[in-house]
Amino acid sequence: MEILAAVLLGLFAGVLAGFFGVGGGILFVPTLVFALGLGQLEAEATSLAAILPTVAAGAWSQHRHGNVRWRTAALVGLIAIAGIEVGVRVAEALSEDVLRRLFAVLLFLVAGQIALRARRS
Amino acid sequence: MRLVLIGLTAGFFSALFGVGGGIVIVPLLIMLLALGPRVATGTSLAAIGVIALAGTVAYAIRGEVDFGYAALVGLPAAAGAVLGTSLQQRISQRTLAFAFAALLVAVGVALLV
Repeated sequence: MEILAAVLLGLFAGVLAGFFGVGGGILFVPTLVFALGLGQLEAEATSLAAILPTVAAGAWSQHRHGNVRWRTAALVGLIAIAGIEVGVRVAEALSEDVLRRLFAVLLFLVAGQIALRARRS
Repeated sequence: MRLVLIGLTAGFFSALFGVGGGIVIVPLLIMLLALGPRVATGTSLAAIGVIALAGTVAYAIRGEVDFGYAALVGLPAAAGAVLGTSLQQRISQRTLAFAFAALLVAVGVALLV
């Protein structure tokens, strides 16, 4: 039952991610928390792995449309590794409760951004 | 220099929240490197590939990644994203944007209580 829910929520998250051009992560984390019962930190870590197939497919399709500057992307990605180390340590140092609340705030901000963008267009 | 700022911010954000970080990378690429929105989105996706991979490794070393669950959610999502991208051509984003925003707010509230 949980597995079916996770597959369906994953599919749903992917459709929304493709439709709105956002990564799936923002929906994967709550899916992993609510449907599969992971803790916040474990859900965030697992979400990063879950993003990979969607992002690979998305990047490939953007590449075919000539929209990827690979040198810039590679540099940003490689430099990001230093930021990732810091981010992982901060996430580990925070309590699950604080991390979950910060994530909720992130959801509100993204919701605001999407609504604002839709109003302007 | 600007690339360093974008990279560090994106990596920190991505690892802290377990998301790709497109929400910060795309605006930074547009503002700091003057890329157009399409190229910024495409370049952001490619950068996120590297970032998510590095983040996965960093968390996996610490034993926090459940790869079975990642596949369970991530593989259907990849199929869904293809569908979502093709729907984009047919349905107005505006109609659904407010529903999506409301969904995110509801999920956020559920996480808070």
